[in-house]
Amino acid sequence: MVPDAEFTSYYGRPIIKSPTWKVPDVPLYLYLGGAAGTSASLAALADLTGRPALRIVGRYTALGGALVSVGALVHDLGRPTRFLNMLRVIKPTSPLSVGSWILSPFGTLAGIAAASELTGLLPGIGRLAGVGAGLVGPAMTTYTAVLLANTAVPAWHEGYQELPFLFAGSAMAAGGGFGLLATGDVTPARRVAVAGAALELTATAVLERRIGFARKAYTTGRPGMLLKVARAATVAGAAAAVAGGVLGGRRGRLAGIAAGVLLNAGSAATRFGVFDAGMVSAKDPAYTVVPQRERMAAREAAAEREV
Amino acid sequence: MSNSLYGPLADPSADAGYPDGHPPRVGFFTDTSVCIGCKACEVACKEWNALPADGAHHDQPDLLDLTGMSYDNTGALGASTYRHVAFIEQTVPRRESPTVDLGMPAPPEGRGDPTEVRWLMSSDVCKHCTHAACLDVCPTGALIRTEHGTVLVQDDICNGCGYCIPACPYGVIDQRKGPKELGGGGAFKCTMCQDRLGAGLQPACATACPTESIQFGPLDELRERADARLATLHEHGVPEARLYGHDPDDGVGGDGAFFLLLDEPEVYGLPPDPVVTTRDLPSMWRHAAVAALTVAATVAASFVGGRR
Repeated sequence: MVPDAEFTSYYGRPIIKSPTWKVPDVPLYLYLGGAAGTSASLAALADLTGRPALRIVGRYTALGGALVSVGALVHDLGRPTRFLNMLRVIKPTSPLSVGSWILSPFGTLAGIAAASELTGLLPGIGRLAGVGAGLVGPAMTTYTAVLLANTAVPAWHEGYQELPFLFAGSAMAAGGGFGLLATGDVTPARRVAVAGAALELTATAVLERRIGFARKAYTTGRPGMLLKVARAATVAGAAAAVAGGVLGGRRGRLAGIAAGVLLNAGSAATRFGVFDAGMVSAKDPAYTVVPQRERMAAREAAAEREV
Repeated sequence: MSNSLYGPLADPSADAGYPDGHPPRVGFFTDTSVCIGCKACEVACKEWNALPADGAHHDQPDLLDLTGMSYDNTGALGASTYRHVAFIEQTVPRRESPTVDLGMPAPPEGRGDPTEVRWLMSSDVCKHCTHAACLDVCPTGALIRTEHGTVLVQDDICNGCGYCIPACPYGVIDQRKGPKELGGGGAFKCTMCQDRLGAGLQPACATACPTESIQFGPLDELRERADARLATLHEHGVPEARLYGHDPDDGVGGDGAFFLLLDEPEVYGLPPDPVVTTRDLPSMWRHAAVAALTVAATVAASFVGGRR
């Protein structure tokens, strides 16, 4: 437990402004965008290795996730009719600009692949688009971590090294979890789901150990509870996924479906928890002042040692 | 190294692509030691920029309410408040001024209240950072660096994504609530009266300030003036006076609007050691790339091996 540090503020008012991003729009988009990215990669390789059931689930999940993501993002804008301004420039210093340029081609390619799947038309074009979406998919899973980290929000910024891995793991758990809902050979989805769950749990643990003062935002209050629920669901989901592989047959499939549901619940809860932790750390000036004071004290101590 | 993202940068306008011969970088030096808390700057700013009303609680723009905490009923900078006068009442150890001996009997030692009350007042504003996080993260290009070295939102481009809002380390820029006709949905902050600068006028707040607490001018000149003022105050027994945001080596490359304060920055609601978030962005992209490659490799590896 971090002791309540001494700090002064202006009548307890926040120093930074809290994001105006809405719940559920943004955390939902973090979760579904990640699930869509992993699913597109799974679908592309399932297509190339002759696993039609996994391909179908993957393609539909990729398109569904991308569509809801775009919808949530447009809805979140203060001026939704100007959503096309997102593609007005390309700016590497703006993760939201880079993200728009990842999400737009991803959504388009995933849409073509899913349309080909649905209609049975142009299977060659569908395969090409599916492979394209599969190649962009991994970028979909991690750029959102940079989106959050590249702010002055203490709980997000100070976790910028771990958040991309946390989000990558969460996205694999979710995408793999959707794959487990498919019939037939779902071994690759099972592996991705279990590896994703492991990465998500590890990255969360490392983040909470390393982040310093902002740890409190992740471990207490509502975000702390959401992340606890996420951890429980992810552990249970991963166990069910492994059990499904061992059991095989009808019982194995049922375990796989349970795993898919649990892993997706865990992934979603993780995103809502991380989002919430950021909001908590933005509203309380202690999260801004205390680490900055510690930084200044460390700098002064280092300067004194040099003298 | 061009220091486009972090570190000292002499001429941000040139870095943004303005040709030689662009106007000098201008800014504010707000000397809080002479601020009397009159809020003329707040009023002049509202008037000139035709800003809608907002109460102390910015989520209820039509409500002119009281904060109940001090004479400050503005509360904070916001989408319709580009100048905010902070008011702080402190109990501090009493200062003994040198007395003149009039031959009267001296009061006994150790009696009376050893403390006194002091009021701090400070007019806060957008810092127009050398490295402005709001500008860096804006995905539409609505936020720009002007020829005067200031940071400006182009309202006709902004789509209200809100990214600039949590990016600002000072909590300056915000999204305006309310009807579309009054700019609702867009992000707003101090423009340094861009429309006055072009006409050779000073910003409204600096023009209205009755004590010259708000000084406007070329940034180089203001920095010299601030150094001189600080030396004077130190000489006259105000050791707590300090400059804030004047140093080009700080976390945002120095502020275009900087301050002379009489207490720690956080007392005024300012961050003690702000850093532009974009400083770490190259490292963030590297971490995200490695994480994305981890996903790609994991998915590919999971297809290796025969099927059952």
